[in-house]
Amino acid sequence: MKNWVALISGLLFGVGLAVSGMTDTAKVLGFLDFFGEWDATLAFVMAAGLAVTIPAYRLTKDHRPWFETGFSLPKASQLDVRLIGGAIIFGLGWGLYGYCPGPAVAAIAYGRLDAIVFVIMMAAGMYLAEKLIRVRDKAGASST
Amino acid sequence: MIEAIIGGLLIGCAAACLLWGIGRVAGISGIFWQSLQPVSKDPTEQSWRALFILGLVLGPLVLLLLEWHDPPPPSDAGWGTLMVAGLLVGFGTRLGSGCTSGHGICGIARFSGRSVFATLTFMATGIVTVSLTRHFFL
Repeated sequence: MKNWVALISGLLFGVGLAVSGMTDTAKVLGFLDFFGEWDATLAFVMAAGLAVTIPAYRLTKDHRPWFETGFSLPKASQLDVRLIGGAIIFGLGWGLYGYCPGPAVAAIAYGRLDAIVFVIMMAAGMYLAEKLIRVRDKAGASST
Repeated sequence: MIEAIIGGLLIGCAAACLLWGIGRVAGISGIFWQSLQPVSKDPTEQSWRALFILGLVLGPLVLLLLEWHDPPPPSDAGWGTLMVAGLLVGFGTRLGSGCTSGHGICGIARFSGRSVFATLTFMATGIVTVSLTRHFFL
């Protein structure tokens, strides 16, 4: 059942990204182009998404998921260098091409090489970040 | 704009479905990365993520087959830009524990300070990057 829920959620997410125009790098870059002809599409997509997710997360209190014993939500609450550095680097890559992870994966559906190469490079970038995190964690553990 | 709103609502419903169904955050960078990891003791930990990613591709594919969706024009950025951007997006989302979906759509909805901060940060650097490449270098 977990698998079915995930597949349906993925399908809905992919359809939503395509319908909303978020798989179009020009629209995304247009949103980030404050000093050009601003494209508000992404703002509407995000607002509509939040209009569903904000109440959805409120309803998790005093409930449990349909097919799981509990919710697995992130617990970290501290702002740290990793979060800030990661967000800066992600924003840089996002602004260079116009793909964030979701639209890049969804755009594989168009059968073009660009999305496939982007996703492969993205996986490589994640691998490098993971390596860095491990090295730093080890260094931190040995110094304390 | 109606497409943006319908699409955004669908994205929100997808995140709500994953949350209410299996109690998980619909953060695509994390799900994607975890789906690539070796199969653990509990194979469903990998399989649900792999199926979510599969759905993410199948969704637009179904729309294309039904002729309800036109593929957007390809970007005119070069391959070098594409590859550097992909690398940065992967590196940054892993380091910063999330992307537009995990921090933007789900994290903000949880009123997570980290996610609000991350979202403002990557939007700001995205805006700076586009401004520099479009208006100051060209």
